[in-house]
This record gives sequence, structure tokens and C-alpha cells, in this order.
Amino acid sequence: MTPADLIVIGAGPAGAAAALAASAAGLSVVLLDESASPGGQVYRAPPAGLSVAPEKRGADERAGDALREAVAASAVTWKGGARVWSISGAFRVDAVTASGSESFTAPRLVAATGAHERLVPFPGWTTPGVIGLAAATILLKSQGMVPGRRTVVAGCGPLLAAVAAKIVAGGGEVAAVVDLAGPGDWLKALPAMASRPDLLRQGLGWALKLGAARVPVLFRHTVTAVSGDEACEAVTVAPVDAEGRPTDGKSRVFAADALAIGHGLVPGSEIPKLLRAEHRFAPEAGGWTPVRDAFGRCSVAGLYAVGDGAAVAGAEPARLSGRLAGLAAAQDAGRLSDDVFAREAGEVRVALGKALVFAGAINRLMRARPAMVEAIAPETVICRCEDVRRGEIEAAIAAGAREINQLKHFTRCGMGPCQGRMCGETAATLLARHVGSREAAGYWTGRPPLRPVPLADLLGQFDYADIPVPTPAPL
Amino acid sequence: MTALRIADGFRRGAAVTFQVDGTAVGGHRGESLAAALLAAGVTRLRHSPREFSPRGAYCFMGVCQECVVQVDGVLRQSCQVPVEDGLVVELKGPL
Repeated sequence: MTPADLIVIGAGPAGAAAALAASAAGLSVVLLDESASPGGQVYRAPPAGLSVAPEKRGADERAGDALREAVAASAVTWKGGARVWSISGAFRVDAVTASGSESFTAPRLVAATGAHERLVPFPGWTTPGVIGLAAATILLKSQGMVPGRRTVVAGCGPLLAAVAAKIVAGGGEVAAVVDLAGPGDWLKALPAMASRPDLLRQGLGWALKLGAARVPVLFRHTVTAVSGDEACEAVTVAPVDAEGRPTDGKSRVFAADALAIGHGLVPGSEIPKLLRAEHRFAPEAGGWTPVRDAFGRCSVAGLYAVGDGAAVAGAEPARLSGRLAGLAAAQDAGRLSDDVFAREAGEVRVALGKALVFAGAINRLMRARPAMVEAIAPETVICRCEDVRRGEIEAAIAAGAREINQLKHFTRCGMGPCQGRMCGETAATLLARHVGSREAAGYWTGRPPLRPVPLADLLGQFDYADIPVPTPAPL
Repeated sequence: MTALRIADGFRRGAAVTFQVDGTAVGGHRGESLAAALLAAGVTRLRHSPREFSPRGAYCFMGVCQECVVQVDGVLRQSCQVPVEDGLVVELKGPL
């Protein structure tokens, strides 16, 4: 049992900034993450053994190195490769690490666990070769691999261009880029995107790269089917309206062995949910978000939620929100005077306000489109883990499931090993059509384990002969 | 080693060999098992338990649980396992 003043879960830009700010103010901080090195998904370090040539290193690589150097140079206790599976009381954190099962305690806890991808199901989306857009960035950036020999890149938001351009740069072929948004939507986003000239320039660079490679870009289109029995062979795409609803337009088929697809990001707020923090539904933040004050304090005393795990906004707002929570934790612990807190937090809040202008424009491009969910066919699988189809979900709703946890009990949707992370948004959107709102549909009740862990990892190494067995009572 | 590995700009770790259902498969130190399997053309990793539908790695970040395989007799998410010489991987079907 390792005691600390503050535990931070998640070492992306938000969690690392929170840990560094609190540590600089004198708090003893434990920083935990599943990955071997800090950086999160956006600044993921290449694994040991793989190195990226200096000329290929961009702004993200440099930011990741700076983050890792700052954590290493600080007094923060870094625990990489830690799989947090339980949080109880206020607060005890249980994790499986390389050295077995470990527990940490602290009166304060920062949840900085990042977002996961939203994907609106379509026939064939469970076929091997279909991967997330974020998954494709991981393959490209930290594994040095393209997703397939010929890839269709589909969905919405700036990751489309980023992934497609990186595939082309890596020597792969992009069959097509399929964007839910139209050119008009991108034009509307431009003024806000101009608030970050560096990122806008990066985006234009991707677009130029795709143009030079003559990659077909289909605006206002969506993937309607993937065919192939054991692996992706072809991807069918068709036009949609502004809300993502299929129109009667002509469909096209692209031969491809991979499809990288994502429909936006959803906050991974499992920890605040597990700790029963109050949440509200905020479509502009990606979905259910913990109710917080301006510094990340949740409704549960001592709990802070920051970064994309609380409200999707991207790397820079995540870093700033993390720093605010780190300062707030130090102030709440009585280690930062009100004057210093007001001055430092005030500066960060101004920067955060500016960074959120860009984030707002991106979030509008990546917004959830409930009309796409309404258009899902009855036989399409919604819950990948348990193979629950839309028809079964509708039957359960007709039979009286009025809330998402009831729906789970009726159908097993969300009950598999991903714990509803893949299907939750779709199931709740389907239910909301019948019960009036996403608020009425609710969200999965947070329950341990936060991640599946093998029992053997919790038990550790032991010999049965060493277990003391009392002599049985005489018969 | 295959067409999926980007030749330009990455320096790879030492070559390693692991077993997949008794067949030797090559990879490089530093790669995740899921990525090495993908590069080797092994995309179908398991079947779903209810409908026996083929599944492969989907999120590559430890969330979706689709890439679970048996590694040295223990169920592991292959995207979270670094490849090593001598790993024994089994694709057992419905998991």
C-alpha cells in the first residue's frame, strides 16, 4: 500500500500536466498509466526497439519527448504498465503492474483517462481488417505500419486527412477518403481553425499530400457495408445528407483489405462514473461528462476529471485543464496560497479559453449524428462482444426496457469484455428515440473491474504447498 | 519484412520469431503482438462466442478486447503484448 497526496490516472497531456503542477507545489504524486511511457495516445512513445528517424519527427513527437523529460525530471512517482482495475473509498487504487498487484492510496485523485472512438455500426463492421481511425494512427506512428495494402479511410474530423496522408507517406495506398462532412462544413470551421495556424498548416499539408497522390475524396459520404467472410475485401460507400442519413444517391464499391473508420470521440469517464460523480449529457463535449467546476473538481470531494476523458477537446486544452486540476489539488491540500493559485490558474484559464475556440470547430465536425444511428438496419450487430443486433435491442425496448442498464439486462448488450465502451453510444442513442432524450436513457453504471484482469495476475506466484490448511475436524 | 511495415524513417528492433498455432512467425522487437500478426497477414484472431463470427484487432489501444488471444497459455490482449522470441500464441476460436 503506497500512500501519496495525489494519484493521477492517465499520463497523456492532461494527466501529466496535473501531476507536474501538483508535484511542483510540493504534493507527493503517483502517476499511473497502462502504457510503458508517459504520453497518452496523442504523444505515444515509440516502443523500446523501434526508433523514428529525426527527419520524420514532427511537433507531436517533440511535444511527447518534452512531456516525458518533464515527468522524468520531476519528483512524480511514475508507474508505467499499470492496469488500474479498481478504485474504492476515498481513494484506494488497485492496479496490476509488472511487479504484480499493487495498491495506492491518496485523499485526492485525478482521472485523466482520455477518450475512445465512437463508431456507428454498419453491416460488416466486425470483419477483421476494419479498425478505428485512432487505431490507424497508433499503427502508423508507434508501430511504423500501414493498416493494409489498400485502405479506405472513413468517418469525420481531422484524423481522416492525418491518417490518409500518413498512409500515403508510408508507401501505402489509400483507395478513398470518405468524409461525412462536406466542403461547406470544413469552410465553416476555417475561421476558428485559423486560431491555431500551426495546426491549420499541418492540416493543409495533409490535404496537399492527398491531392498530389490523387486520392479520391468523397464528401458527404459514409460506409454502408464491408464485404469479405474472414477479412475485409471491399468497402461500399454511399452519399448522405448533412445529418449522416443515407440519401438515394449512387453507391460505390472500393476493393480494399483495410478500412480505418471513426465517427468522433467519446469521453472515457469510467472513473468518475465508478465513483458515482454527477454527470450531465453534453453533445458538444462528446457525450456524458462529469459535472465539474472551472478547475476540474467533480461532485465527489477530492476527485478531479480532466482532458478528453472528461470533455473531448484535444491535446492542448487537455494539457491546460490538467494543469488547472493539479493547481486546484495543491490548493485544496493547503499547499498553494490563494494568491499564487489565483495568479497561476488565471493565466491557464485565459490560455484554455483561446484553445477551446479551435476545439469547438473540430468538435462540430466530429459531432455525433443520431440520424446515422436511426438508419442502422435491424440485422446489424450493435454490441460486438455479445453479438446483439439492433432488432433485439428494439424488441427489448418494446418489451419495456426504459433505461440503458435495463436494456443491458434484457439483451446482454454492453455486458461483454469491452464493458460497453464500443456499443454504449449507439445503444443509448437507439433507446433515446423511445424514451425522449439521452438524459432519460442514462449511461452504464460504472463497476469494477475498470479493465478485465487475469485472476492469475491478482493472485501472483504461489505454491499450493505453501497455503496453510488447518487439520480437518475428526468425523 | 512485409508490405505493411513502413520502410522509410523507422529503425526496427532485432528480428524475433514466435509461434502461432504451431507455425513460426517473424516480427521485430518493439512491435506489439497485434501489429506483428497484422504484418504477417494474420488478421482473424478469434471468433465471437455467440455467433462464431471472425474478429481481428480493432482499437489497438487496449479498449475493445477484440484482439484477445492465448499467449503462453494465458488470455492476453495482443495489442498490449510486446512480441518476444519464443512466444507461443494460440488462436483458439470462440473467446
